[in-house]
Amino acid sequence: MKARISYSKLGKIRFTGHRDVARIWERSLRKAEVPVAMSTGFTPRIKMAFGLALPTGAESLVELLDVTFAEDSGLGVDDLDEVARRIDASLPVGMSVTGVRECAASEASLQEDVVATTWLMAVDAPDVMAHMDRVNASTEVWLDRERKGETRRDDIRAGILHLGPASLAEYSDVLPPQWLGESRGELIEAVLTTAGRGIRPTELIEALVPGCEPWNHLTRVLRINQWIEREGERVDVLTARPAHPPVCA
Amino acid sequence: MSSLWPRLEPLLARVRKPARYIGCEDGAASPQHGHGKVAWLLAYPDVYEVGLPNQGLQILYEILNERPDAVAERTYAPWVDLEALMRERGIPLFSVDTHRSADEFDILAFNLSAELVYTNVLNMVDLAGSPVRAADRRPTDPLVIIGGHAAFNPEPMADFIDCAVLGEGEEVIGEITEIVREWKASGRTEGSRQAVLRELSKIPGVYVPSMYEVAFDGDRVVGITPAFPDVPELVTKRTVSDLGQWQYPKSPLAPLTEVVHDRLAVEVFRGCTRGCRFCQAGMITRPVRERPAEQVRTMITEGLKRTGYNEVSLTSLSTADFSGIESVVTSVVPDPTACGAPTVSLPSLRVDAFTVGLAAKVASGRRSGLTFAPEAGTWRLRTVINKLITEEDLYGAVESAFSSGWSRMKLYFLTGLPTETDIDTEGIVDLAAGCVSIGKKYTNRASVTVSVGGFVPKAHTPFQWFGQNGVPELRRKIGLVREAAGRAKGVQVKWHDPAATLAEGIASRGDRRVGAVIERVWREGGVFQEWSEFFVLDRWLDAMAAEGLSPDWFVTRHRDEDEVFPWHHLSAGLHHDFLWQDWRSALAEAGLEDCRWTPCYDCGVCTGDGLEHIVASPVAPAGGSQGTGQNLALGGSVPISLRPKSLRDPAPMAKVSS
Repeated sequence: MKARISYSKLGKIRFTGHRDVARIWERSLRKAEVPVAMSTGFTPRIKMAFGLALPTGAESLVELLDVTFAEDSGLGVDDLDEVARRIDASLPVGMSVTGVRECAASEASLQEDVVATTWLMAVDAPDVMAHMDRVNASTEVWLDRERKGETRRDDIRAGILHLGPASLAEYSDVLPPQWLGESRGELIEAVLTTAGRGIRPTELIEALVPGCEPWNHLTRVLRINQWIEREGERVDVLTARPAHPPVCA
Repeated sequence: MSSLWPRLEPLLARVRKPARYIGCEDGAASPQHGHGKVAWLLAYPDVYEVGLPNQGLQILYEILNERPDAVAERTYAPWVDLEALMRERGIPLFSVDTHRSADEFDILAFNLSAELVYTNVLNMVDLAGSPVRAADRRPTDPLVIIGGHAAFNPEPMADFIDCAVLGEGEEVIGEITEIVREWKASGRTEGSRQAVLRELSKIPGVYVPSMYEVAFDGDRVVGITPAFPDVPELVTKRTVSDLGQWQYPKSPLAPLTEVVHDRLAVEVFRGCTRGCRFCQAGMITRPVRERPAEQVRTMITEGLKRTGYNEVSLTSLSTADFSGIESVVTSVVPDPTACGAPTVSLPSLRVDAFTVGLAAKVASGRRSGLTFAPEAGTWRLRTVINKLITEEDLYGAVESAFSSGWSRMKLYFLTGLPTETDIDTEGIVDLAAGCVSIGKKYTNRASVTVSVGGFVPKAHTPFQWFGQNGVPELRRKIGLVREAAGRAKGVQVKWHDPAATLAEGIASRGDRRVGAVIERVWREGGVFQEWSEFFVLDRWLDAMAAEGLSPDWFVTRHRDEDEVFPWHHLSAGLHHDFLWQDWRSALAEAGLEDCRWTPCYDCGVCTGDGLEHIVASPVAPAGGSQGTGQNLALGGSVPISLRPKSLRDPAPMAKVSS
């Protein structure tokens, strides 16, 4: 059986990278003694597939991975809550299981299925709001972007699906209290495409504040939704969102 | 106290690998500071990935945090990108556990595994906000202590440290804590720093450089004497007599980010009596003390469970020599082909077919590479260095490895060894080529990589009298190896930069005057000297010239029997006479047997310290010739007997093969 697990990543632990997170999951699944399926070959690995990589330094309320359990484990749908509890107890502080459901073999992989993500960003730069209006009003936004060591100039405007001001109050039911207290700068919300070359939060900051070093201005960034498309509609991959997951403080 | 985290946090997204600075490891302590507690900041003077796995630091961290009167946190050298931001903003060195400023600790204790990290120690002391020179420190500044293998010649660091601890730290850290606790309680009044240092100097194994005067005659050290009558003339290393009583770490650290040894480590024994004459670790960690096999099993099982690792490394200086090795590995990995079975890795493999058989038994998954260390290219030179591996041993090991599915071998060699001729140097490639031709019988992909390092003589070894090869000579020898390898198919060569070998030589056998050189190199920006991208030899040579010191004097000069070494007043328990005699035996190409299984030749360690080798088996383990020239593949059934040999009149060993 395959399970789709959602988890949060909040606080100090946001400074671990995508590869680190994969290693943390391997160790945590072993600690939790979850009977996982292994790949065949010379170096058997746990069968798990991650969703979109979260940039190092960014936090998230909605990270996803699929884990396949061993065929002979006898685990069924009814066991998922108990398995999730055990995994949650084995994860390091700051990472917490927020949901689990059975994932049919026919379902598209997370990397293929997710089309956009919503980011909440605290931006510390002059005239952020004016810059935001400028980007919203323009029909094209050109940016030099690096991918795999090559720089290419792209128009990213079409990939900015939504860009607007946000208030903490809107999210007070899900945000960690620490986040509410610490965030510095103007709060903005953006829905960015993940299709094709995707748009990173740092790239949006570069578009807002041309020529800047994005991490000098992006004081906090949090992924709050991942979207899939069903019958022409954008649907949140999560059905429920637990309040205030724990933070690595 | 206030956490520096709010000031650090905005910087971390701007630096490389920020997970180095967050702590939060599995197994980390929750340090509780408090009134009456001595606060230790345990420091490793290299980046987090290198320092985190260090077992010594993890052991002391745990022992200190178990004490009611102590608390310990950890710190590592910040990489240059973060350091620049910290200096720009006046952020001091911090602990990774609670992000507390280093100046809130009473003791800043460095683990020094090698010499080229010395400039990083100065940098970290400076970042901690403390004067780098011990003489300039105020009563409120932390005490700077060093330990680890490099502390056995702490003289180049004498001006910068308050104390050096010789040997194993498990017991002595408690004694230091008690004295510092009293000092803290007394209010650390003006002038009290000298008094506490004098008290510390009375603890066995603790050396306080400022309590000793060094007399020079020109360049020559002629005497090192205590400045006060109650300060000991000779400081002798500390040794834990029974490793079984120190089951640490109980809560091994599993980091959130990748580190150099990303697996569980369980130490199976300390000490080594193989007697390799170039090896400082083998000389200064005697005697051999094995951990009971049952305890090893417990530590493996519990450690894997706690950390979630599925690989364990059984560490020691020569793990195949552990008498419980077979029973341990077969009980931990009854079936290595089983899905998800843990992997056992055996570092520092002994060179023989038996050992490879053992490695094959525990290796699950892909068999990519195996590493052996014959160290020298000919049997003659191996008898000089007392690494008594016959060609049959090596070829047997290699044959066994290729036939069990391994396709790449790595062979470690030293060059610039005493009495080394070009025949020995080129012999390195002959051996490697012999290994390749064995491998070709099994796989077309067979390849052998030869790794050549320049030899640096170390304190407290029989080779401490030897004049190290200079840079041009090491370059020439590496050139010989590369040339010969160019003619041999399937042999790749890697080598260590001879320039760094020279700098290591300056620091390894330097006296107190070298301190000023280290300070100059650091002030000129020479940090992370173990990293080739930061190492510049001219910084060292310019600093030597500015201090009027000659590299030749410290590095390439041969010493006489009457040389007063800068570490003359420090003892690893080895008799001067034993070391000198072993040096003469080396020059006479005479080997010396392993005293675990043969009568004691009195190197001084056991007799001087009332210790004994603790080994579970009275006979040598199975494998190869063990330097005896006999087939010991069956192990215990064949007792080792070397030709009797008088130490005073060294006769060459029976030559087994050449």
